[in-house]
Amino acid sequence: MLTLELCVAGVMLISLIIYVLTGGADFGGGIWDLFATGPRTKAQRTLITQAIAPIWEANHVWMIVIVVLLFVAFPVAFAAISTALHIPLTLMLIGIVLRGSAFVFRTYDVQSDTTHRRWSRVFAIASVITPVMLGVTLGAVASGTIHVDVESGAVDTDFISAWFAPFPFAIGFFTLTLCALLAAVYLTLETDDLELQEDFRRRALIAAVGVGAMAGLSFILSADGAPTIRHGLGSAAWSIPFQVLTGTLAVWAIWTIWNRQFRLARILVPIQVTLIIFGWGLAQYPYLVTPNLTFSNTAAPDTVLRPVLIVLCVGIVLLVPAFWYLYAVFKGTSQQAGEAVVQVDDSKNDSA
Amino acid sequence: MTDLLAARAQMAMSLAFHIIFAVVGIAMPLLMVIAEGLWLKTREEVYLTLAKQWAKGTAIMFAVGAVSGTVLSFELGLLWPEFMAYAGPIIGMPFSLEGLAFFLEAIFLGLYLYGWDRIPKYAHWFAGMMVLLGGTFSGIFVVTANAWMNTPTGFSIVNGEVTDVDPIAAMLNPSSFSQVLHMTIAAFLAVGFAVAGIHAYLLRRDPDNLFHRRAFAIALSVGAVFAILQPISGDISAKKVAKYQPIKLAAMEAQWETERGAPLRIGGIPDEDAEETRYALEIPKALSFLAHSDFNAEIIGLKEVPREDRPPVTIVHFAFQIMVACGIILIIAGLLGGWLAWKHKKLPTQDWYLRFVTLCTPLGFIAIEAGWTVTEVGRQPWVIYNIMRTADAVTPMPNLVVPFVSFTVLYIFLSIIVFVLMRRHIFLGSH
Ligand code: HDD
Ligand code: HEM
Ligand code: HEM
Repeated sequence: MLTLELCVAGVMLISLIIYVLTGGADFGGGIWDLFATGPRTKAQRTLITQAIAPIWEANHVWMIVIVVLLFVAFPVAFAAISTALHIPLTLMLIGIVLRGSAFVFRTYDVQSDTTHRRWSRVFAIASVITPVMLGVTLGAVASGTIHVDVESGAVDTDFISAWFAPFPFAIGFFTLTLCALLAAVYLTLETDDLELQEDFRRRALIAAVGVGAMAGLSFILSADGAPTIRHGLGSAAWSIPFQVLTGTLAVWAIWTIWNRQFRLARILVPIQVTLIIFGWGLAQYPYLVTPNLTFSNTAAPDTVLRPVLIVLCVGIVLLVPAFWYLYAVFKGTSQQAGEAVVQVDDSKNDSA
Repeated sequence: MTDLLAARAQMAMSLAFHIIFAVVGIAMPLLMVIAEGLWLKTREEVYLTLAKQWAKGTAIMFAVGAVSGTVLSFELGLLWPEFMAYAGPIIGMPFSLEGLAFFLEAIFLGLYLYGWDRIPKYAHWFAGMMVLLGGTFSGIFVVTANAWMNTPTGFSIVNGEVTDVDPIAAMLNPSSFSQVLHMTIAAFLAVGFAVAGIHAYLLRRDPDNLFHRRAFAIALSVGAVFAILQPISGDISAKKVAKYQPIKLAAMEAQWETERGAPLRIGGIPDEDAEETRYALEIPKALSFLAHSDFNAEIIGLKEVPREDRPPVTIVHFAFQIMVACGIILIIAGLLGGWLAWKHKKLPTQDWYLRFVTLCTPLGFIAIEAGWTVTEVGRQPWVIYNIMRTADAVTPMPNLVVPFVSFTVLYIFLSIIVFVLMRRHIFLGSH
């Protein structure tokens, strides 16, 4: 039955998917900044910067939406997660702070190449740490190691063992490869320079293989590491066709990248990522934090959920056109992306 | 350092850091929108340059505001899980609305900062307006959540369980209006004077620079208008505190005894062991009047409650004095500027006045930090006034001093960088 808390949970899952597809790709940009190599190192970095600059602050708000909905609608779960996973969450936050600030400092501080490189380094390393820690958190929540007394909300935890284990880290690196894949695929369409496009095609292929490897490893580790998820993925009626579908899409996506059908790849890869997250959500249902907390036993009363859902509906009406406009202006054709280069350079000149 | 103290210190440090950038994020868009509007109207190139320069400086502040705010939303759970498990649903409404405001702000900010040459002029100006609205409403919503911690309403407690939650009533609690009004004015006031102060300084070095003259005129007008409004809203706040949180008021005024016709104290050193305040300049009956509009009204003293229920008096009293002192200096600066401009029918660029405004640069921000210290420390030992103690809200996580030190080091580092970059932007950008 579709209860109010499931509606909120659905919105949270959708927000998570959008966050990974947009914000995740911004992190992926940072990953490729770290691994920028070859004769076009500088051009790769410039392209990444221009692709991210106008949109990262908006993309990043999805994460805040998830957190806010979690504490509004599922307060006990929020308290339990932030208690047991204090350490990875803190590391993730430090990553978020360093990523965002290093990125703007780099854009607005064009004094010398050395400082520029130093900020790039910080930006890139933080872009790797953050998605890993995000994945570790999600993995730990799924792993069934956070035991909570539902009545009192008391968490039984030593603050470490719930997340410092193979399965959460496998999910962490799985997340990292997904971000890298998304970014590389998007970047192929952000430039008219064929050589640059070829650079990111190669990166997309590497990342796609990484995604496959990490998916397999996570599945193997889930036998011990996350029995609930394994049960969901391994034996529920929906799961086999679902996995076949995801797998087929993944192979098809790699095929399109290989054949340089980048426009198609830009559609298939996000669908693939969506299916992965969605499948994970289904496998974990009805648990929010395995093994004790379900959506229904942690939900806030309906008097709270109803107005929140109303706000969300109003939000959709206001935000969809705004987002559409933002993306239409900055993510049109690669022709326009080229113009953005000129514009950013101009603004640097007149500040000097 | 106990874990509780570390948690409080980390929360206070993170908020004190965030509020600076948040305030800039609320008020700078107003200055930019005014400058750009003047450009659209007069087509004087200097206004466009001004809007662009301001936008460029503000971009750095926006980003740091966004990341430090993200830290805060997690810290509510990382440091105060008991508080959030209890209060999350009740104060979720303003936070959800705030999320919506963040979205609008961030989307239109992208368009504003990177869209100068890509979207039509009026669409660009409209984007600026939306950034202003988004920022202002973010501030408004989050302050209602804080007001609820001071005057919790919108729920009932049956056998220790929270029931009958009414999120709208919680949002419209008795302190919301006064705190929101006071905070929003504070943001425009502080930023107006900070920007005016910077351009005053630059004008003294280069008196005929049209760019700085225009910037100074806009920023000073904004600062002056809000400076005059602020004591009025401060008085509304004080009356609310007197009514709903009498012990906080007593700490602000270092008032130990309950008495009728209580005096207003200027300065003075509270002695928490001896329970008295020494060396204060006392204005007879003024406190009773200001708090309750009646010279003989009764003011509750700190001695009414046991020691463990009193906030740290010295901190609250000094913070309050600092805020009011800053407020008074800024009103003088605003009134004086208005009077000079009216008398000479021109921009008040007398050297002594520019020097005075330069000295005012940090005062609004100091007042904001002090004002929040009054509100938050004055509420102690409660995190939710009269309902939940701060000590009961804290996480069981040990070694909290580690994240406290890490975030402090990180934020000090960021502050230094932001300072250096802004300096460079201001001094190189204006030629
Ligand atoms: C530019 C900043 C600024 C200035 C000049 C003033 N204030 Fe203020 N004050 C704030 C900025 C601020 C603040 C930071 O914004 C606070 C913290 C919480 C709030 O709502 O506003 C605050 C809190 C605050 C409170 C506590 C409210 C509460 O705990 O609920 C009172 C009673 C006053 N103020 C009163 C005044 C008075 C009488 C002023 C006279 C000039 C004054 N303030 C100037
Ligand atoms: C509107 C938003 C705010 C919320 C929801 C909020 C919430 C909190 C919470 C939960 C605590 C910890 C419990 C406690 O010690 O009372 C706290 C403490 C504190 N906050 Fe706030 N706060 C807000 C705004 C601010 C701002 C803007 C500042 C500062 C500039 C500030 C300064 C402090 C200080 C100094 C403490 C420590 C008080 C003490 O422990 O003695 N707060 N706040
Ligand atoms: C009085 C206190 C506060 C005021 C006036 C305030 C206001 C603002 C404003 C205007 C912004 C946008 C600023 C910018 O982009 O530069 C912002 C950002 C943010 N604030 Fe605060 N805030 C306060 C306290 C808090 C607290 C207590 C929290 C946490 C729970 C919080 C969470 C956030 C978050 C998550 C963002 C980032 C939004 C984004 O990514 O655009 N703020 N705040």
